Amino acid sequence: MEDYFMLIISAIFVNNILLIKFLGNCPFIGVSSSMDSAKGMAAACIFVNVLASSMCWVFQKFVLEPLSIEYIQTLAFILIIAGLVQLVEIILQKVAPPLYRALGIYLPLITTNCMIFGVAVLNIRQDYTFMQAFVYSIATAVGFSMALILLAGIRERFIVGKIPKLMDGFPIGLITAGMMGLSFYGLVGIGK
Amino acid sequence: MDPIVINSILAMGGLGLGLGAALSVAAKVFYVYVDPKIGEVADCLPGANCGGCGYAGCSDCAAAMVAGEAAPNACKAGGDSIIQAVAAVLGVSAGAAEREIAKIFCRGTHTSAERKFLYKGIQDCRAATLVAGGDKTCTYGCLGLGTCVTNCPFDALSMGENGLPVVNEKFCTGCGTCASVCPRSIPKIVKESQQTAALCCSHDVGKIVKAICDAGCLGCGLCKKACPEKAIEIDKFLSVVDPEKCVGCGDCYEKCPTGAIQSLLA
Repeated sequence: MEDYFMLIISAIFVNNILLIKFLGNCPFIGVSSSMDSAKGMAAACIFVNVLASSMCWVFQKFVLEPLSIEYIQTLAFILIIAGLVQLVEIILQKVAPPLYRALGIYLPLITTNCMIFGVAVLNIRQDYTFMQAFVYSIATAVGFSMALILLAGIRERFIVGKIPKLMDGFPIGLITAGMMGLSFYGLVGIGK
Repeated sequence: MDPIVINSILAMGGLGLGLGAALSVAAKVFYVYVDPKIGEVADCLPGANCGGCGYAGCSDCAAAMVAGEAAPNACKAGGDSIIQAVAAVLGVSAGAAEREIAKIFCRGTHTSAERKFLYKGIQDCRAATLVAGGDKTCTYGCLGLGTCVTNCPFDALSMGENGLPVVNEKFCTGCGTCASVCPRSIPKIVKESQQTAALCCSHDVGKIVKAICDAGCLGCGLCKKACPEKAIEIDKFLSVVDPEKCVGCGDCYEKCPTGAIQSLLA
């Protein structure tokens, strides 16, 4: 139990996927300009991340490893993630239209999000059991959501700030993200 | 052949086949009928996703038009040719789309409206409202820092010398950006043909308005009494004109003690 607690704290704060590991930075800058889109992206990410990394784990353990063709992992994982996101999109549109309207435009974006693939690969590299992998993927996605929503909260305030013209938009967003990363670095060393 | 090659081909082929089958089954089982008209209507719209219609984007607006929730002339930015094209797809008559423009619903200039303190912070109305609710004593009035001017996508607004924004009606498209960025919603979108309005947003009682502004609506109701068409209602100490009933006779203009109610047709 304590192990899982450490795993969660580590994935959310200490080894935050966005700010420390620098995975999935395109949506971090891309959809953080307004709070609404950040929330939608965060929810969609948690959903897809958990699904995709569990599926990838199962495929790795029951197909790739028994056949000793782990070298093909990258290709297989990308195929699984892309297929899965498509499947989820089709099913959501029919089964839960309100959820589809809220997450719909973010789902295709997530297909190419490096965080999803990164977590799937990290699960394997760190030799997690299925349960650990499941918890780890929830926790990383929550960490991603937290960083994304924090940045969106800061960037929403930029509209009233005095920002030099050449720094406006992405440059100031990147600098802010860098500063957030720096402050999260203060937590490195807690846990394992 | 090396078993690795065969295994790889089988595993990846199987995976691809499995996912492909799952996708095509899902596409059949979870098929959602999408009206082809929605695509056709969306093609007619400008595709700028300005949000002026009140929907999330052009495709959203097209869906609402096909469903009958939005009028064929809901696209304000597109102009007449687009309305005709949409109406042709939907097979209905467009109806005359009336142009809408922004009007500034405040007359509290530098000289007529009182200020509580001297604001020297960030020159943006949204920032100014965060400081003790803004420097103007009137909590409904224009702060005059020009957030609407800088945000107007069509350069239709400028800041007048008296501290109030001025709408250039030639350029205004009625998109409503100014109304949404203004922390006090002073610019309001009205039909171009609207003849009369009380240019004030204050819901304060007359006594307070009188003390802090020379030009505000007191909510005295003299205009309501003077109106032969019963087009004026007093809503929480603010006179509101019903543009459908107003004939523009001008009887109310003379009765108003502060001149807040006036003709919009310059």
